[in-house]
Amino acid sequence: MTAAEIFEKLGSEFGSAILSLTEEPATDSFITVDPAQLFDICHTLRDEESLLFDYMMSLSALDLGENLGVVYHLYSMTHRHKIVIKVSVSKENPVVPSVERIWRTADWHEREAYDLLGVKFDGHHNLIRILLPYDWEGYPLRKDYVTPDTYHDMKVPY
Amino acid sequence: MGLLNRLDDPYEGGGIVLGKVEELLNWGRSKSDWYLHFGLACCAIEFMAMNASHFDFMRFGTIPRTSPRQADFIMVTGTVTFKMAERIKILYEQMAEPKYVISVGSCSNSGGPYWEHGYHVLKGVDRIIPVDVYIPGCPPRPEAFEEGMMQLQKKINQQAIFNKRKRIELEDSTKDESNKES
Amino acid sequence: MGEIKRMDLEYSQLDSDRMRINVGPQHPSTHGVLRLEVEVDGEIVTEVVPHLGYLHRSFEKHCEKLNYQQIIPFIDRMDYISAMNNEWPYVMALEKMLDIKVPEKVEYIRVIVAELNRIANHQIAVATFGMDAGAFTPFLYYFRDREAIISILERLSGARLLYNYFRVGGMAADIYPGFKDDCLNVVKQVRKTNAEIMKLLIHNSIFIKRSANVGILTPEVAINYACSGPVLRGSGVAHDLRRDEPYSVYDRFDFEIPVGKGDVGVVGDCWNRNIVRVHEMEQSCRIIEQALAQMPETGDVKAMIPKRIKLPKGEVYMRTENPKGDLGFYIVSNGTDKPERMKARGTSFVNLSVIPEISKGYMFADLILILGSIDIVLGEVDR
Ligand code: SF4
Repeated sequence: MTAAEIFEKLGSEFGSAILSLTEEPATDSFITVDPAQLFDICHTLRDEESLLFDYMMSLSALDLGENLGVVYHLYSMTHRHKIVIKVSVSKENPVVPSVERIWRTADWHEREAYDLLGVKFDGHHNLIRILLPYDWEGYPLRKDYVTPDTYHDMKVPY
Repeated sequence: MGLLNRLDDPYEGGGIVLGKVEELLNWGRSKSDWYLHFGLACCAIEFMAMNASHFDFMRFGTIPRTSPRQADFIMVTGTVTFKMAERIKILYEQMAEPKYVISVGSCSNSGGPYWEHGYHVLKGVDRIIPVDVYIPGCPPRPEAFEEGMMQLQKKINQQAIFNKRKRIELEDSTKDESNKES
Repeated sequence: MGEIKRMDLEYSQLDSDRMRINVGPQHPSTHGVLRLEVEVDGEIVTEVVPHLGYLHRSFEKHCEKLNYQQIIPFIDRMDYISAMNNEWPYVMALEKMLDIKVPEKVEYIRVIVAELNRIANHQIAVATFGMDAGAFTPFLYYFRDREAIISILERLSGARLLYNYFRVGGMAADIYPGFKDDCLNVVKQVRKTNAEIMKLLIHNSIFIKRSANVGILTPEVAINYACSGPVLRGSGVAHDLRRDEPYSVYDRFDFEIPVGKGDVGVVGDCWNRNIVRVHEMEQSCRIIEQALAQMPETGDVKAMIPKRIKLPKGEVYMRTENPKGDLGFYIVSNGTDKPERMKARGTSFVNLSVIPEISKGYMFADLILILGSIDIVLGEVDR
């Protein structure tokens, strides 16, 4: 299935929750969806016969300035097609439904996104820092992050 | 040919070797160093190759130990992060004196490639424990490991064991005098 | 002398049947700086909680601060055992965005060095797996052979471990005279040693007793956890990007995709994951032979592109088959010479996440084997 077909298929099922389809030359085509319905959409993406996206390649979070974005790269082992799903949430209240129960691999990816960018995944069973120490402050991959001067009395900058 | 003759007759003059006890002890210490391998990153892979058949690190008389309590020196190979730093310190403190530290690779020397933007990298292991020998390189070549090991042996060979405090005082006083003169 | 106080505890309150053990973060058999918190019931593992991040070197932050050429050395340092393979998806992603066609000869050099590096990676993986099971000899044999591969890559790129050899649109340097003979010698030696290892380690009955039927990973679980590489293929799923999504010139070679068949034990156990690697070395040898035969003799390998690369606005996700599985790079460009965001989908990061699932119910000593059979590199897990 191409991205346009998937977009249509999802649109017929979820209506206004599927926001837009972007197809540009230098970009993998992606579908932007409403974060509120993300869990159901992902469930459909995985279980619907003609879609069967059973393999989540990657989950990345990124800083978009005002907002935080989360990008899902999905792949189907059966149909061998791919799709990119995007959501964006405001920085004040960065809550995205967790898809950990759909793809177990999302567990650590979500923890990493929380660790480095501070996206909060609603429904994740154990949303704690994964890479940085548990008492680290701040989210280093945000654009406005300032490196601390010390950590546990050790100097951080060179 | 000199060497071969020596091998045939190792104890010319009746098997008596004259020397200081201190030198003998140091010779023994430097030729059988047991080490705690603190493998952290890429440098540790190079160190693994160093330990394997081609380069054979054990010819220096080193034996890897997994417990710090049995180790003479600790080999920090790789990037030290903040999460790890405290553990290195704990392990170092568990070692019995005399103890030495070899810092391997740019990362543990100074932060290496991560010195500028690495918010989670300790910029040099010498910020938490004293280092005796630095081996530069990213990663160091096995030859560099050999050189570093030889430097450590040299250092051990020169160390005082008896009357340490007296000798240090003496050294310090002579240093002071020479400082005054100059 | 004080009196010894008796504790006022009921036997049932003692909860002496469960114990929490800490493994790592620095232990030779954790293959790096991984910390596992293990709950055991006697000898049986009931729960494993991995704690990562002891080698978190801020890779993604560096990507945002450096320009595209400068990132390549940092990618080497992610999966430092197979650095050549790591650089590839990254330069491919940039080439895709810049719409550059890579010269024929470059493609063949890339295939050859990547396959050589794949062999070196699997040699370490099988050797250390053998060590985890108590077999030391394969380690010495494989490291002896690995030196031959390393010296080829060193003559090409100048470094023994972290090569920095790929460039956008080309390679850093051309091959040296005598490269073909060296590669063929390596191939010959790899085959010889593998035949020996098959007898010495793989079909050794002690090794089979240790590793067969241990750590069984079913294909459904493997796919749900997005495992890839030998971990997925050991479970019998023939998923290999070199064939499924042929990139570069892989569609011109004739090779098979080894999967775990359950000759010994059941499909998806440690033994099957391990045997896949040994068979893959043979397939890599075949690819190298074919690539050497097909490689054009002449041609420029240096890229004809400006020193400072500026990417058009956009984003790309590119993945290739690393020795450990799918390695993906998600690059978001904002039109300048630095990426806006770059995320690396570390293969080992994903493969490792399956550990709590597959190690439950086995002996504690088996946990080390299961970890070894997954073949992780902590540089890639923590980045
Ligand atoms: S010095 Fe270089 S090779 Fe060694 S750990 Fe650091 S980055 Fe890796």
